[in-house]
Amino acid sequence: MAHRNLIPFGPQHPVLPEPIHFDLVTEDEKIVDAIPSISYVHRGLESLVEKRDFIDYVHVADRICGLCSFMHSMGYCQAVEEIMGVEVPERALYLRTIWAELSRLHSHIFWLGVAADAFGFESLFMQALRLREPVLDIFEETTGGRVILGASKVGGVRRDIDADSLAGIVKRLAKLRPELEELSTVFITDYSVKHRLCGVGYISKEDAYILGCVGPMARASGLDMDMRVIGYSAYKYLDVQPMVETAGDCYARCLVRIREMLHSIDLVREAIGKIPDGPVEVKVKGFPNGEYMSRIEQPRGEVIHYAKGNGSRFLQRFRVRVPTFSNIPAMIRILKGSEIADVPNIILTLDPCISCTER
Amino acid sequence: MSEPQEITPIDKSDLVGIAAGLFAEGYRFVQVSCVTLESSYELTYSFDKHYRLKNLRVIAGPEEEIPSISVIFPNAFLYENEIHDLFGLTIRNMAVDYRGTLYRTTIRTPFSIGKVKIPVPPQPKAPTQEEKPATATVSSTINEPQGGS
Repeated sequence: MAHRNLIPFGPQHPVLPEPIHFDLVTEDEKIVDAIPSISYVHRGLESLVEKRDFIDYVHVADRICGLCSFMHSMGYCQAVEEIMGVEVPERALYLRTIWAELSRLHSHIFWLGVAADAFGFESLFMQALRLREPVLDIFEETTGGRVILGASKVGGVRRDIDADSLAGIVKRLAKLRPELEELSTVFITDYSVKHRLCGVGYISKEDAYILGCVGPMARASGLDMDMRVIGYSAYKYLDVQPMVETAGDCYARCLVRIREMLHSIDLVREAIGKIPDGPVEVKVKGFPNGEYMSRIEQPRGEVIHYAKGNGSRFLQRFRVRVPTFSNIPAMIRILKGSEIADVPNIILTLDPCISCTER
Repeated sequence: MSEPQEITPIDKSDLVGIAAGLFAEGYRFVQVSCVTLESSYELTYSFDKHYRLKNLRVIAGPEEEIPSISVIFPNAFLYENEIHDLFGLTIRNMAVDYRGTLYRTTIRTPFSIGKVKIPVPPQPKAPTQEEKPATATVSSTINEPQGGS
């Protein structure tokens, strides 16, 4: 038997801007075990429900993560609205869907850039971040924020988007699409990218299901699982198609995200074409009394916002089960048997969001 | 749109058996959430199949041990370690036991009983003068002293 070494990966690592640590047990160049450690920056945001009432807490939910900020506040509001039986106006549901898909789009473009940087493909990184800018500009013009949008509220949304701005969004995304396709083509066809990703970090469909994989990681292994199919918000009116690949390796996970970027543009265009006129919020009366698990599809997969109230203006419990937390067991499985040089790419193609995990 | 969510209260001794049955039926394990009550904990185990959530609810006292389901659903170990670290509950036979080091919080077991402030729901208000029954109003009007007499 080869000599075993323990190699630490993280919490600070060039490919990861956020802290996660793995103790990698290796035999020669092969990993035989991986033990993850989290909670380097745990913030205890869930316990803030004791100090912020259910209306104010939307702002805390908005700040769970920078990349999926809007989705957290949307999921939280959805949970509270379900408990209180609030009928959110249709226009607000459409606006939420538009911002949610734009969030997915910018998150995936950002991921594409970070992944390219990890391969040493810096020009691709620069191009990806350049293409992300128009999406952030849309956020800024429609909500006032580029990272934390603060657009969702219990009972609807805080801001409306006028017809001219909606038409402008469609035009800008139409211009962005060919540029994204061009960038994606480089990513998909480049020899060095394929060499680093094809056949690396494989997980089978069965393992992905049993180990609780969600999001692009599950879909890249052939699992047709996308929470948007449930039909929350305005997705019930849209043609949502889960992007599924079957190879189960790092390359398949990239393909899923690239196809999802383009699909998000289609969904935004479809939502803008169908958005009805009307109010964007309803007045909420009373306090939440009951419980609900709201499930939505974030860029990284299924997220659950569980809220429980007992009739007080403060929630009794709020819990977020984020996709990265759900993907950790599969991460361990994938790392076992991999080469030590592939670890950064494997972890990056899983797209872990430590900010969400350390909520 | 409301997603149907079924919650079935069960005894903790039945947990492993029911979880094994769900595994055999093809459910995937989604999460465990825990809520601190006045003197006990409420654990909700969620499973999903074809976008339909099925929840099992277990009530446990602070000193009680909960059996682990990580032998059946291997991804459950993370959630069980989380509950151990944040709520102080003991989970028996976890597949991977971090022994309290998964969440290195400054306050140990921050969600355990006594450390969580359970909100008090508002008490029903006493009826105001306008809300009092009509008969009482009439009565008080009759008994009012006649001014200036």
